[in-house]
Amino acid sequence: MNKLIMGRYLPGDSLIYQLDPRGKFLLTFYFVGIVFLANNVASYVFLMAFVLFAVYLSKISFGFFIKGLQPIFWLILFTVLLQLFFTPSSHPIWQWGFLTLSKEGMVIASYIFVRFVLIIFISTLLTLTTTPIEISDSIESILKPLKKVNFPVTQVALMLSIALRFVPLLVDETTKIMDAQRARGVDFGEGGLIKRIKSFVPILIPLFVSSFSIAYDLAIAMESRGYKDGEGRSKYRVLKWSMRDNVTVLVMAAVTIILLFIRSY
Amino acid sequence: MEITFEHVTHSYDANSPVANLGLDDVSLKIDDKKFTAIVGQTGSGKSTLVRHINALLKPTSGKLTVGDRVITPETNNKNLKPLRKKVGMVFQFPESQLFEETVEKDIMFGPMNFGFSEAQAKDAAHKMIELVGLSKDYLQKSPFDLSGGQMRRVAIAGVLASDPETIILDEPTAGLDPVGRHEIMDLFKGLQAQGRTIILITHNMDDVANYADEMAVMSQGKLVASGLPTDVFNDQKLLTDELLTLPQSAQFAQALAQKYFQFDKLPITIDELSTEIKQQVNGD
Repeated sequence: MNKLIMGRYLPGDSLIYQLDPRGKFLLTFYFVGIVFLANNVASYVFLMAFVLFAVYLSKISFGFFIKGLQPIFWLILFTVLLQLFFTPSSHPIWQWGFLTLSKEGMVIASYIFVRFVLIIFISTLLTLTTTPIEISDSIESILKPLKKVNFPVTQVALMLSIALRFVPLLVDETTKIMDAQRARGVDFGEGGLIKRIKSFVPILIPLFVSSFSIAYDLAIAMESRGYKDGEGRSKYRVLKWSMRDNVTVLVMAAVTIILLFIRSY
Repeated sequence: MEITFEHVTHSYDANSPVANLGLDDVSLKIDDKKFTAIVGQTGSGKSTLVRHINALLKPTSGKLTVGDRVITPETNNKNLKPLRKKVGMVFQFPESQLFEETVEKDIMFGPMNFGFSEAQAKDAAHKMIELVGLSKDYLQKSPFDLSGGQMRRVAIAGVLASDPETIILDEPTAGLDPVGRHEIMDLFKGLQAQGRTIILITHNMDDVANYADEMAVMSQGKLVASGLPTDVFNDQKLLTDELLTLPQSAQFAQALAQKYFQFDKLPITIDELSTEIKQQVNGD
């Protein structure tokens, strides 16, 4: 669990950190969208250069981004190999049974690979430079228009920020309970399927029980501190949109225009 | 069981950008059948250290010997049960490990995993529940209906039921009331008298002074001192450097030493202190 880099926040201070999280959040999704517009070598090189520039601006060691690829390494490899050997072509370089290796296949496979890398790098960049609480604040602020259709935005935002806050705690608790049960002679990941599933009961039950008691304690603590419901509360963390966020939006617009140009070129 | 750490280093998330050193070149010998206390500030590596003893963690470099088992970075995860049967481990807030329908079944869980027959495990559960100070009526209750202190005792019984030779305790009395604390600590001292090795992690210096034969001080992943509690508590520089407090008796002795009294070595338990005072008052 601890090996996961994507989704983890890394304390730091650089231009990317200072950006408004709402902008960062939306622009990241926007970027993931426009990645699919790229259709030739030049456009992919351009997007890659842009992402690497953003990574450079974040002042975070490049190793973290490579590490972020690791969990889905096999998925990438699988998809790339599928594209590589199953793209039909009239001029195959090499053919054996249903496997075809062709120039087109290689090009499409490398596109897919670059797409994966781009999407993972940019989303790793978002999560490394934005605290979970900033992300949940942004989601609340982005969802605000939905209040008009009676969508419980503040409640959802509260649930989200509590959930995010308790993810690391529950991970710690899980590790602790696993260690305690191991010390009592449980072997995780050994034996047949049924035995393996059964060996998770001694983790799941204590984990649920402690979640219940955490929820109960937290609710009491919130009530005793005067929490009634989401309505009519003031905000401690106020998100500020500044000049550099405008610049970022402009940069992203420029990237889109250049991309559209390269694409049709 | 004798436990020897030889230049043990442990790095969390080794070979990743977020690697951090939990243990830094620790060499330590824990004697057989002794009561060893491990102290140090929060995050000093105490828990990391003891998790090596039953191979929940393995050293990144160095090796340790637990009885006749040698644990090195290459040790694989197979066949660790015999080791874990010998080394019982009571974690911090062990009540969170309970999960069975009844207290009896939960206490039997460990022994059954270690290959006890059902009859043997049941027998162990009946013995242990009384040893930890609860009556046999509790055996058929659900562990989740008990109070926090009772749950703690059931969890401890569950560890002791496998009859471990070495018992590791990670702050076993945190959050217990004073009476409960003394009962539990006396229980462990009694287990030592039966010929078991006890390793205790604690922040309570009175427990160290009253119960431990040996102590080790950890700081930032390093072992900074080890020896008899009297010697460690008399090392003024070490105490200041590591922000350790003295046991209450020693604090009182220190205050006495400012007026009229003189101690060659600070007495660390009430008994030692009263003997000293008696001698010095009668001697004058």
